[in-house]
Amino acid sequence: MSFLTVVYAYLYYFAALVLLAGLTFKVVQYARTPAPLKIPTTPAPTTRSGVVFRMTREVVLFESLFRGNKWTWIFGWIFHFGLFLVTLRHLRYFMEPVWLPIELVQPFGIYGGMAMVVGLAGLWARRFFVDRVRYISSPSDHLILALLIAIGSTGLLMKFVFHTDVVAVKSFFIGLYSFDPQPLPGDPLLLLHLFLVAALMIIFPYSKLLHAPGLFFSPSRNQVDNPRERRHIAPWAKRLEQE
Amino acid sequence: MAKATFEVPELSQYLDVPPVTPQTMAHSKPFVAKPEFQAPLGFPGELMDDWQEKALDKMGELLGRYRSLRVYLDSCVKCGSCTDKCHYYLGTKDPKNMPVGRQDLMRKVYRRYFTLAGKLFPKLVGAEDFTKEVLDDWYSYYHQCSQCRRCSVFCPYGIDTAEISMAAREIMDSIGVGQKYCNEIISKVYTIGNNLGLPGPALRDTLEGLEEDVLDDTGVAVRYPIDEVGAEILLVTPSADFFAEPHVDGLIGYGKVFHEAGVSWTLSSHASEAANFGMFIGSYENMRRVAQRIREAAIQLKVKRIVFGECGHAWRVAYSFLNTLAGPWDFLDPRYPVPQHICEFTYDLIQEGKLTFDKGENDDKVLTYHDSCNVARASRMGNTPGGQFEIPRAIIRATCNHFYDMDEDTIRDRTFCCGGGGGLLTDDLMELRVKGAKPRVEALNNVMLEKGVTHMAAICAICKSQFTKVLPYYGMEMDQIVSLHQLVSNAIVLTPTLDDEDDEEEAEEAA
Repeated sequence: MSFLTVVYAYLYYFAALVLLAGLTFKVVQYARTPAPLKIPTTPAPTTRSGVVFRMTREVVLFESLFRGNKWTWIFGWIFHFGLFLVTLRHLRYFMEPVWLPIELVQPFGIYGGMAMVVGLAGLWARRFFVDRVRYISSPSDHLILALLIAIGSTGLLMKFVFHTDVVAVKSFFIGLYSFDPQPLPGDPLLLLHLFLVAALMIIFPYSKLLHAPGLFFSPSRNQVDNPRERRHIAPWAKRLEQE
Repeated sequence: MAKATFEVPELSQYLDVPPVTPQTMAHSKPFVAKPEFQAPLGFPGELMDDWQEKALDKMGELLGRYRSLRVYLDSCVKCGSCTDKCHYYLGTKDPKNMPVGRQDLMRKVYRRYFTLAGKLFPKLVGAEDFTKEVLDDWYSYYHQCSQCRRCSVFCPYGIDTAEISMAAREIMDSIGVGQKYCNEIISKVYTIGNNLGLPGPALRDTLEGLEEDVLDDTGVAVRYPIDEVGAEILLVTPSADFFAEPHVDGLIGYGKVFHEAGVSWTLSSHASEAANFGMFIGSYENMRRVAQRIREAAIQLKVKRIVFGECGHAWRVAYSFLNTLAGPWDFLDPRYPVPQHICEFTYDLIQEGKLTFDKGENDDKVLTYHDSCNVARASRMGNTPGGQFEIPRAIIRATCNHFYDMDEDTIRDRTFCCGGGGGLLTDDLMELRVKGAKPRVEALNNVMLEKGVTHMAAICAICKSQFTKVLPYYGMEMDQIVSLHQLVSNAIVLTPTLDDEDDEEEAEEAA
C-alpha cells in the first residue's frame, strides 16, 4: 500500500471521527440546554404538527431568508440545493450495490455541482460588494466560501477535464469500512479534492457550519405557541419555586 | 418643532438603507445605576475589580441556562439578511446597530473563551479578548437595542438579538454595571408597587377623579375600583395609564367596557403595574419576582379572571411567560384564558353584540394602527395565530369610520419599533430614540400624505410615551398618538345604571 493511501486513510478516519463526535457533542449540548421561556417568533403555529410544517419550510425553502433578502436567498438556496444533489450523487462511492434513487439522481448531481459553484460565487460577491455584508465578514467567512468553491471546482474539473479512476476511488472508500483501504489513485486534483473535503468535515463542528443542526434547536422557530394552555418550565427555574 | 442637539433624520418617501458609517452612536450611553438601585435587585453596586473573570463565569452560566443564547451564538453565518432590518441601524447608520453587528459584540467574546477555533485562531474567526473597551461597547450598544425582535423574523435561523442583548445586560448587571433607568424602576416596583412610584392613596385619588370626570362627561356612573375583594376580574395595567396622556384615555375606555359588560372588576394597589422591566435586563429572577405580585394580588382579591391593559412588553410577559413565572393558575375560572388582553375582552363583547358604538364620535380623526413589537412578534391574541394583528384592527373598524393601514412592509410582524422599547425610554437616550423612530414615523408620514391620516392608535404604554415625545422632533403633533381604548371610549354608547336614572330624576325634580 502506498504512503499516500495510508495518509488519506488516516485522514478520513480522523475527519469522520471529528465530524461525528463533534456534531454529536454539539447536538447533545443543544438538546440538554433548557429553553426556560416560550419565545417563538409570532405568529407561530399552535400545534406540534404546525411547528413541523414551519420548520420544513425553513429547511427546504429558507422561508425567513426569502422574506429578508431576495439576492441572498436565491444564491443561498441554489448553493444548498446544489450541494444536496451533489451529496446524493456522491453516495454511490459509499455503497455497494448502489440504491436505485441514487442511480437516478446521478445526472442531476452534475447540474447540482454547477449550481453549487454559481450560488457560492454569488454569495461571495455579496461579501465584497454590499457594504453591510463586507463589514460583518471575518477572514473565516471568506475562507469557508473559498474552501467550498475549491471543492466544487475540483470536482467539476475531474468530471469534465481531468478524469480520475472513480472505480478505484470507490474501492478506497468501501475498503475503509473494513479497515482494508485499497490503493487511492495519485491524481493531484483528486488528492486536493479529497483533502479539502476532509478539511470541511473537520471544521464543521467548530465553525458557523453549526447553523445546520442549530436551526432545529432554535427556540424562536421550534416552539409551539401555547403558553397559556400549557405551563412551560425549565428544571433550573422549577428549583427557584421550591426555595 | 422640538429642539434637538443632534441632527434629526429627514423623512423620505421610500425606506432607504443608509451606507455603513462606523461609530456614529459610540457616544450614546444611558446613565449607570447607582449602588442603592443595584442592591435591591441582587446586583453588586459598582464595577468589580475582577470583572472580566466574573463576567465570563456569568456568560458560561447563561450558556448553560438558555438554549437560545448557545444556539444563536453558534449559528450565525453572516448572511446579512438582518443587516437592514433594525430601526436603529436605519436611523443611525452605525454598523454596530445592525443586528448581526450587535450580536458580534458578544459573539467575539464567546468565540475567544468558549470555542476551540476562537482559542486557537482568534483573528481568523473574529474572536477578541474581553477588554474594558469591549465592555464599554457592550454598555453602549446593548442599550441601543429595543428587543423588538424584528431581526428574528428575517433570520434564516430565527436568531433573536433580543435574547443576546438581554444576556449581555444580565452579565453587565452581575459585575456591577447596571442601567439606571431600568434598575431604578424595578426597585420602585419592589418598594412601592409600580414603575412610577405612585402609592396606593394617590391611585385611589386618581381613580375617584376619573369616576367624576366620566360622570360629568357622560352622565353615567362608571366605576374605577381598586382593591375590591371578590371582584370577578383583576385588571393589571401599566401605571402610565393612571395619569399620562393619551394612556389615561385608554384606562377610561377599559372601565366603560367593563361597565357595559356588567362584570365586576378591580385594580390592585399591590400589583398596580403591568410592566415587567425584569425582562429588559434579562433577569429571570427579577422578572419572576415582579410577576409574582400579580399572583399574590389575584389570590388576595379572590378574583376569577385576570385581564391586562394596553402594554406591549407587559403583554409578552403576561401571554408568553406569566404561566411559567407565576403559574399555575388553577384557582381561576378555567373558562377563560389566563391572562386575557383587554382587546380580547372588548373584541369578544363586540362579537357577541353586547357593545353599541356611535362611530361618528371619532369622525374628527383618520386613523392608522401601530403594531407594537412585543404584541406583534412575541405574543398572540385570540385563538388563531395572527389574532394580535386582526383583533385590534377589528376594534378600530368597529369604533371608527376612517382607518387606513401603513405600508405592508412596516406593519404586522414586520412592524417597526417605536424606538423607545426595551428599557430605552429615558431622556438620556433621546438622540437614539428620535433616530430610531425614523422608519416608523416615515411610514406614518406617508399615510398622512397619501390617505390624510391624522392619528395613530397603539396598544403599548411605551409606544404612546415615546411617540408623544418624539413626534414633535419630526414636526408632528404629540397628540397624534392615541390609545386604542380611547377610540372605544369615544364611541361607546353607555347604558345608564339605576343610580344614574335616580340622579337624573332627582335633578329634574330639583329643577
